[in-house]
Amino acid sequence: MKTLIVDDSNTMRMIISSTLKKIGGHTIETACDGKDALSKASAFKPDLILLDWNMPNMNGLDFLKAFRAAGAKTPVIMVTTEAEKTRVIQAVQAGANNYLVKPFTADQLSKRVADTMAKVKKAA
Amino acid sequence: MNAQQIRCFLESTENLFSTMLNTSVEFGKPVMQPRDAKHHDVSGIIGLSGDIVGSVVVGLPTETAIAAVEAFVGCRIEPDDENFADAVGELANMIAGGAKAKMEGDDISISCPSVVIGSDYTVQRPRQASCVCIPCRSPLGEFDLNICINSPAQASKAA
Repeated sequence: MKTLIVDDSNTMRMIISSTLKKIGGHTIETACDGKDALSKASAFKPDLILLDWNMPNMNGLDFLKAFRAAGAKTPVIMVTTEAEKTRVIQAVQAGANNYLVKPFTADQLSKRVADTMAKVKKAA
Repeated sequence: MNAQQIRCFLESTENLFSTMLNTSVEFGKPVMQPRDAKHHDVSGIIGLSGDIVGSVVVGLPTETAIAAVEAFVGCRIEPDDENFADAVGELANMIAGGAKAKMEGDDISISCPSVVIGSDYTVQRPRQASCVCIPCRSPLGEFDLNICINSPAQASKAA
């Protein structure tokens, strides 16, 4: 599965990337903000996007709105410190398929990825 | 600042340590701190705005910071590596973000993290803000949580 990790923190990208590599089955690309993610998503054509919210240049929510407005159906999991219900609702309304609040365990990340892909497969 | 607000930061710190650092943390008694207090060698700083205004500084001695970053990232990173500051900032970000989520009903924004390496600095805080320093102990070492906040929204509601 081709997975795009979008986070402005290099260490968060390293941590998520390392966790996915341990799970296995992921080919990984990374982006450091929403603008970078739009460009990388176009070239890399990911099967899954893990998306931070608070980033410079273009934040995760604005990326998601632009991505969905362009007709992209790739599942997106928000991975963010933004944990309030209003934020979760905003993200889901913008087209997020799932939500994981930082900090998280490796098991939580693994389960969220599996659940999201299972739901997408079932809906197809 | 009230006890509930402090509790939000402590619970958020506990959650960070148990999930991403795979260890525990204990807290000492909070002490009032002068607004221009000096800090540890490594500081992750987050600004707060909205219903709560102020800052949170996670202050760590260098050795504790190195151990915390290693537990977080999974490999040792030295302070002169740019990923070291990035990791300390992300730890501070998760503490502040977790606390913000627990303060239900308050509309709060948090800044992107700033990281200072070196102790000879002060953080200028709002004049009305109360500042507390909470000593923290973990198997990774000791560090401080410095919370300096003012709640203008609560003050105006009370008035």
